[in-house]
Amino acid sequence: MPEKKNEITERKKEFRTTVDGMVVNRVYTPADLEECKQEGISVPGEYPYTRHIMPTGYRSKLWTMRQYAGFATVEETNKRYKYLYEQGQTGFSVAFHLPAQEGYDSDHPLSAGEVGKCGVAIDSLQDMERLWDGIPLAEVSTSMTINSTAPILLALYIAAAEKQGTSADKLRGTVQNDILKEYIARNTYIFGPTPSMRLVTDICSYCAQYMPLWNSISISGYHMREAGATAAQEAGFTLANGIAYVQAMIDRGMDVDSFAPRFSFFFAAYTNLLEEAAKFRALRRMWAKIMKERFGAKNPRSMMLRYHVQTDGFTLTEQQPLNNIVRVTLQALAAVLGSCQSLHTNSFDEALALPSEEAVQVALRTQQIIAYESGVTDTVDPLGGSYYIECLTNQIEDKAMRYINEIDKMGGALKAIEKGYIQREIATSAYNYQRAVDSGEQVVVGVNKFTVKEEQAPKVLEIGEEVEKRQTERLKRLKQERDNQKVSEVLDRVRNVAKSDENVMPALIEAVKAYATVGEISSALRDVFGEYREPNIF
Amino acid sequence: MQNRKIRVLIAKPGLDGHDRGIKAVTRGLRDAGMEVIYLGLRLTPEQIAEAAIQEDVDVVGLSCLSGAHLSLFPKTVSLVREKGGRDILFIGGGIIPKKDIPKLREAGIAQIFDPGTPLEEIVKFIKANLPEGVIDKED
Repeated sequence: MPEKKNEITERKKEFRTTVDGMVVNRVYTPADLEECKQEGISVPGEYPYTRHIMPTGYRSKLWTMRQYAGFATVEETNKRYKYLYEQGQTGFSVAFHLPAQEGYDSDHPLSAGEVGKCGVAIDSLQDMERLWDGIPLAEVSTSMTINSTAPILLALYIAAAEKQGTSADKLRGTVQNDILKEYIARNTYIFGPTPSMRLVTDICSYCAQYMPLWNSISISGYHMREAGATAAQEAGFTLANGIAYVQAMIDRGMDVDSFAPRFSFFFAAYTNLLEEAAKFRALRRMWAKIMKERFGAKNPRSMMLRYHVQTDGFTLTEQQPLNNIVRVTLQALAAVLGSCQSLHTNSFDEALALPSEEAVQVALRTQQIIAYESGVTDTVDPLGGSYYIECLTNQIEDKAMRYINEIDKMGGALKAIEKGYIQREIATSAYNYQRAVDSGEQVVVGVNKFTVKEEQAPKVLEIGEEVEKRQTERLKRLKQERDNQKVSEVLDRVRNVAKSDENVMPALIEAVKAYATVGEISSALRDVFGEYREPNIF
Repeated sequence: MQNRKIRVLIAKPGLDGHDRGIKAVTRGLRDAGMEVIYLGLRLTPEQIAEAAIQEDVDVVGLSCLSGAHLSLFPKTVSLVREKGGRDILFIGGGIIPKKDIPKLREAGIAQIFDPGTPLEEIVKFIKANLPEGVIDKED
């Protein structure tokens, strides 16, 4: 009889990166690399860019430290921007309040209670001009999280820059302009998929022609992840959406290399450090292959996945909020080890309210400590070659590709969304996660383990009712003072252009310059395009 | 005396699109045997109140993560009360600062569930605080 091995028991039957995530082996060896092919360990800066899009990585240029911010009226937000800039932030990222994101003015009944809450209140060019007061748009790069109303807000930014004497071709930044994930997760859609895709491609074409330094879209996995997607789902669903946008541009008759270099991406970073780092490596390789093999791109820049990362808001706990600083640090480190181009670190108090100035400073300092003290930026892709990392990179690629193939079979991302497939997959992952937390199988420190009696809540930022009052009064004054005959003319023109095949951007720029408001222009577009209602996935 | 499943209306008033939590709650309550109507998002308090009365629900669950809860939750409660839904139990969730909770209670929201609340706790709360006359039919 063979001698019974003295087996050491492990803490769990099975180890996974997250609930529904990847199965993790006890140990990885050279045999695992054999098994999952060697192609991952390529040279940084060379196709398929698994390790970094640049051969020099962060040795030549650090990522852009870009904190998403916006609250109350433009005056408060302008002050916060200047503060962040003084603290060493290297790019701006605008959070617009929900009314602007969903095409309503601050005085609309649906805006009641929402003005200046989730972002800065912007109704007109007057607001946009004041938002950038004292900040030269020729010298900064700005990211704008805006989707269904992206053409209007981009028009406002262009017009505000022009007032500062800066033409559109000099502007650097990004407009999110990713409507597909709005139907899946983020929910700030207005119009149905067909007119929305037309607006997305209008922006991309306009930027390709007139704004060579501007990222015309930021294809986002972040919100799907926040809604519950696993790392592999985030990767697969985001790239499936990316494929849909590239195809839509090609269908408009555009050459792939004329617009793809300005396509950018946006992902989440969770706390599982190594899975997240591997995810970014897998994503870079997948996009390069998709662009080269599927779309026949020739320009290497079309194949390079450039992306912004935000640490994951969902993982922040209301309980023992200071613990969030540690979570954000791990997540930010994952983003950097994954070779991101731009990063936002969340503030530790965001499960409680909008971030306070103190919390924002700690968040920015976290990036700066990683950049200047940790040493991880000294060599390119320091994790490359690790048996586990390379294996995990391949596994995530395989799993994400299976999702893309599934979506292809349904006829593409738009069809998969219409069927509710992506939404259901994500909702199931989210539910399984919640169940695992409730049962204690998934430990969340301070929530279902190592809990304490909570002390007094930390000081949080509040937006008072006077903000809404101030903003609506400002809007009322604007509507009295502007040339309303002109406004009605430009709005008619917006309607006519929307009905035609013409690119909407020039008409929108003209409209915002006449001080037509976000709500008025959105209404004009609603007249033509109608409104979308979410299908019930239950 | 009613002898039926507990009927719950779940909705998001205002413009907030964060629906991960509310969807998990919808599923959790359904798995606990309740009849749950998920009304969706971007709704006015009027639309929610209308649906609560028409659907004859015992419980209304509201979610808001955008910070508009202080104006939207109380308004929804008072509209439901006006329309005759005197006994309906209101619960809420989202990013709600602790100091707002007393105000919401006073306005008629029986309980606010913070992020991280186990689904089971919500189920228990509903069963323990059902409007008078509603009997939880176990099946």
